[in-house]
Amino acid sequence: MPKVKVDGVELEVPAGATVLQACEQAGKEIPRFCYHERLSIAGNCRMCLVEVKPGPPKPQASCALPATEGQEIRTDSEMVKKAREGVMEFLLINHPLDCPICDQGGECDLQDQSVAYGRGSSRYDENKRAVTEKNMGPIVKTVMTRCIQCTRCVRFAEEVAGVPEIGAIYRGENMQITTYLEHAAKSELSGNVVDLCPVGALTSKPYAFEARPWELKKTHAIDVMDALGTNIRLDSRGRQVLRAVPRINDDVNEEWASDKTRHNVDGLVRKRLDKPFVRKDGKLVPATWAEAFAVVAAVQHGGSVAAIAGDLLDCETMFAGRALVEKLGGTMLEGRQTGLSYDVSSLSSVVFNTPLADLETADVILLVGTNLRWEAPLVNTRIRKAIKKGAKVFGLGPEIDLTYKVEWLGNDASLLAKLPDVVIEAFKGAARPAMIVGGGVLAKDGAHGDTLALVETLGLIKDGWNGYNVLHFAAARMGGLMLGYATNGGIKAVAQAAPKLLISLGADEVDYAAFEGSFKLYVGHHGDKGAHAADVILPGASYAEKAGTYVNLEGRVQFGEKAVFAPGDAREDWSILRALSEALGAKLSFDSFEQLRAEMVEAIPALGVEGLADYGWSVPSLPTGATGEFGSPIKDFYLTNAICRASPTMQQCSAELIHGVEFAEAAE
Amino acid sequence: MSDAPAAPAPFVGPLADKDRIFTNVHGFQDWGIDAAMKRGDWDNTKKLMEIGQDAIIDTIKASNLRGRGGAGFPTGMKWSFMPKESKDGRPSFLVINADESEPGSCKDREIIRHDPHKLIEGALIAGFAMRARAAYIYIRGEFIYEAKVLFAAVEQAYEKGFIGKNACGSGYDFDVFVHRGAGAYICGEETAQIESIEGKKGQPRLKPPFPAGAGLYGCPTTVNNVESIAVSPTILRRGAAWFNSFGRENNRGTKLFQISGHVNKPCVVEESMSIPFRELIDRHCGGIRGGWDNLLAVIPGGSSVPLVPAKEIMDAPMDFDGLRALGSGLGTAAVIVMDKSTDIVRAISRLSYFYKHESCGQCTPCREGTGWMWRVMERLRTGDADQSEIDMLFQVTKQVEGHTICALGDAAAWPIQGLIRHFRPEIERRINENKGSAPVMEAAE
Amino acid sequence: MADAVHIPDEAETRARWGAFEWTAENAEQAKKVIARYPAGRQQSAVMPLLDLAQRQVGAETQTNGWLPVPVMEYIGRQLDMPYMRVYEVATFYTMYNLAPVGRYHVQVCGTTPCMLRGSDDVFAACKNKGLVKGGTTPDGLFTLTEVECLGACANAPMVQINDDNFEDLTYDSTVAILETLAAGGQPKIGPQIDRQTSAPEGGPTTLKEMVTENHDYRGDWA
Repeated sequence: MPKVKVDGVELEVPAGATVLQACEQAGKEIPRFCYHERLSIAGNCRMCLVEVKPGPPKPQASCALPATEGQEIRTDSEMVKKAREGVMEFLLINHPLDCPICDQGGECDLQDQSVAYGRGSSRYDENKRAVTEKNMGPIVKTVMTRCIQCTRCVRFAEEVAGVPEIGAIYRGENMQITTYLEHAAKSELSGNVVDLCPVGALTSKPYAFEARPWELKKTHAIDVMDALGTNIRLDSRGRQVLRAVPRINDDVNEEWASDKTRHNVDGLVRKRLDKPFVRKDGKLVPATWAEAFAVVAAVQHGGSVAAIAGDLLDCETMFAGRALVEKLGGTMLEGRQTGLSYDVSSLSSVVFNTPLADLETADVILLVGTNLRWEAPLVNTRIRKAIKKGAKVFGLGPEIDLTYKVEWLGNDASLLAKLPDVVIEAFKGAARPAMIVGGGVLAKDGAHGDTLALVETLGLIKDGWNGYNVLHFAAARMGGLMLGYATNGGIKAVAQAAPKLLISLGADEVDYAAFEGSFKLYVGHHGDKGAHAADVILPGASYAEKAGTYVNLEGRVQFGEKAVFAPGDAREDWSILRALSEALGAKLSFDSFEQLRAEMVEAIPALGVEGLADYGWSVPSLPTGATGEFGSPIKDFYLTNAICRASPTMQQCSAELIHGVEFAEAAE
Repeated sequence: MSDAPAAPAPFVGPLADKDRIFTNVHGFQDWGIDAAMKRGDWDNTKKLMEIGQDAIIDTIKASNLRGRGGAGFPTGMKWSFMPKESKDGRPSFLVINADESEPGSCKDREIIRHDPHKLIEGALIAGFAMRARAAYIYIRGEFIYEAKVLFAAVEQAYEKGFIGKNACGSGYDFDVFVHRGAGAYICGEETAQIESIEGKKGQPRLKPPFPAGAGLYGCPTTVNNVESIAVSPTILRRGAAWFNSFGRENNRGTKLFQISGHVNKPCVVEESMSIPFRELIDRHCGGIRGGWDNLLAVIPGGSSVPLVPAKEIMDAPMDFDGLRALGSGLGTAAVIVMDKSTDIVRAISRLSYFYKHESCGQCTPCREGTGWMWRVMERLRTGDADQSEIDMLFQVTKQVEGHTICALGDAAAWPIQGLIRHFRPEIERRINENKGSAPVMEAAE
Repeated sequence: MADAVHIPDEAETRARWGAFEWTAENAEQAKKVIARYPAGRQQSAVMPLLDLAQRQVGAETQTNGWLPVPVMEYIGRQLDMPYMRVYEVATFYTMYNLAPVGRYHVQVCGTTPCMLRGSDDVFAACKNKGLVKGGTTPDGLFTLTEVECLGACANAPMVQINDDNFEDLTYDSTVAILETLAAGGQPKIGPQIDRQTSAPEGGPTTLKEMVTENHDYRGDWA
């Protein structure tokens, strides 16, 4: 632990710290553009120059200089002030003065730092450089004249996203950042470069010219596009969410968010259910709440009631749904919409047991039947980090470009029972072995049991380490399983029981043909598959329009806040269910969201505690002997749920990045 | 002046032919291995190696050889930074910098195309001394003929068993590879060169780590100039004292001077360090074009060093310390001579364009500053400027200097600083004259 | 001076060069080149291979060669390198032509040492022979480029045409060289005046024995 002096104050810094980190520890702000905690050090912007003794008689780039014993660092000397002014002036000479029409305005590092560290005016009297725009796909808008060549985007693409399609071509003052031949970067994480870009060179295409940051209300929420539980901030104005950006949570999403997480939000204002509907003569027609309730109340269910939970639900909605079903005398709850029926007698056998942050320390990883890039892009980035630290990755299932080197064993489930020696050997020597069991496995008879059988063979349980991981990709899944949304035999069993009243809580992936005889009540927010099949529609709230508790794939309980009000007559789901219960003569016991939550926590205490729920560890005895190929449950990353199917941005991503449709740029 | 007893006056030339290392520098004779051996190359190299690695480094240290690539860092000391044994199995590498691209410099070219075996033998000796597993010779891409010669010479040395397994029968295995550049001055910077050999853009690395710790492929690496390496076998053969007998203290040895510009007969010639400028020019270059009174200024060490006005350089010793005392430097001993016909502002502005063209673009002050400086220089050339812009330009050069990752920023700044320091009245005159007349229309090209 | 390169249309380039592969001879050479670098460090070979490819394209098109995108990608695949990284290298170094050039690539050095000794005259000669900086003559014979110091400063001014240097030029000797080339001849390579390489004009001031014999000076060593 070296001791250094920063502006005369002595402090001890962790071994391996940089001078920049030492300065920050001392409470000194060090301006920077190229440096980013989560990327490799480039040292190219030269903004973080400080004076360091001993050393050459010139300022040093603090981001790249190791802090060593006895250093005297000055951040407040004339030399440093001059250096910052000089670098700032250079950065600005070719930077356009277009802040008034720049989307970065108000949240621009260059703007802020030029105020803090720059000269009052420019002495540059030559023509400014102009750089042509580059196509970076449907998510990223470019104004490359603003680029200050910090190369954060280049490093992100290569290091984090694993898609080395962004680069800096030419050299000197002609150096330009571009995607390869200006083709869209094929990454699920491309939107992160917008956040990383310290200037307005890379901005969000869908959000272009929508708002200024100071106009926006910022709400902390939890993303529901996959089961990761990305911590997000929803920025809204009035009743509309204008953008979603990641919040930092090193245990979950670090500082990243997938493009789907960021850009589904324009789907929140499209195809919305904003009033109740009832089916009359085969057609859905608008109705009042009272009319709709009356139609439901007329259903003679006799206690034959079931609920199906959708993928995007918060725990409170599911708890209220469960309470209603029970109150009406029903028992059947299911959330696995597409027909999965895996054993849930031990939640520890269907959860991602390795905390995500620990996953990057794994040394041998076996992927089984998963397309991680689509099922959980931010788990994929963790594996990239593990590989960087030396991990070896095997894959069993369809071969997919996961952005890193995988030793593919073949797409044959029977291999689970006879893994090649090379795998067995690798796991034998592993200190932190991990297996990731994807959606393709749970869909195959016997495969879940086969993977559980490998826990022992591969030694996945070590002291303080559990390397058995099931990867879900529905945000509601773990919460749903904790709340009992799983019926023996899965949704097929529910259909066979032919419930008289089927309550669909935003379930849009269900094959409703199997429920032909049921009266179908749909409570949800989008006019998608569930609404189309419904007999009565009660308009609910999306994740942005209600507070809620979510449990991510690791079993991590997280809370999201409400950003905006649901449109039109739509209401928060719990209050709909509460009102309906009264109309059905089965009044639920809570009158407020707080009461609901309290009841839920009483029933399932883990849901009241932020953080990882403890499921213990037990392995049920399950059938084994799977054969045949694993399939991929996700056909189109950008269109996995009702919100993104309604999103023009996600539609365009799907068309352009998955189906290869080329969009002509509008001539401006 | 000290009162100590006067040391004998140093030998500062002219050098006798017998003391010239590069006897085929002008290529009158064959570069091939048989001819080279007749001239003394590869003469019992094994014996030179037998004195042991540390003794070789000690000899080079004692010879006071300073790096010939421009910075003048003591070569023996540089070699001694390399690890004596590999702790983690990483091999060490010697990289030989033949990316001769500094305007004015053209000495490595002569070594490579006319005396390549001195370089290859030197590579073995230096590589052996620093316990390297192989040498990569990075030759600039535009040296197409020179690279052909070098590839062929390396081939010859392999055929004779001088390099490769059990090189020269020494029991030491050592490979020599040639890597061609492709047009980038910046690859003369040692870490950019390493990047380039690794198949990347030639962008200098941040230091630390220094190449001796983590260089080529992350392995300990020393980067040496061609001339530094090529003189080392002769130093070992003739002894440190012999090399030490030329030049002033701290500036020892013989040196290839490259004289270009306004002399009657430009040439490349090996001379004693510290030879007075006048002697160098009169003896080998047929004097200044138009006579000594016609001398305007000299850039004595390649484009990166500030120019020196005529009266200051005429009798100055051509060595590291002598030229530093004049606010300039020996650099690569590329002497660019300018007579009074020279448009001095244009001459320096053209260098500014060179640096703008060669900036790798990685770091801000150089990427942005080189273009700015060149544009202002072009306006100063025509006088299309304000007097205050002279000081502003000087400040901009100071804003670049010392703020960049590598020394290219400094190199771009210094020529301009030298110009303003010594020729300010000329710049002011142009501005004043331009003010009185219509704007100068430049031919559009 | 440095004009922006106009990179040829991607679709057309792909149609013409999509099937590029090494000639048998170059395939051998490529293997040799890759073997110069440690195993796993094959990316090191990207620069020599780009040069080799440019030469092969040159041979196929009777020009001094260039690097179509599919050719770069071919090399990227051979070296297991992302295309973007190959492209960065190709655009960084000046010797890789990103667009077609003529039969002769006339690269005139314009940096100060050459400028001092008359590179303006060399450019004037080129201009008067119809060569335009950054362009190719209509007959496809000459592409003129102003380049930075080529390291022959003691023989300034100079021009590199394809693989050959022509040094100590004047207006007239430049014209003569261009005319000889245009007529299908081979001009004398090296200095165009009476001098041996970089020795002073008229004869060396040192090491005069070397002029006539491969002299061994070791006999004079004290």
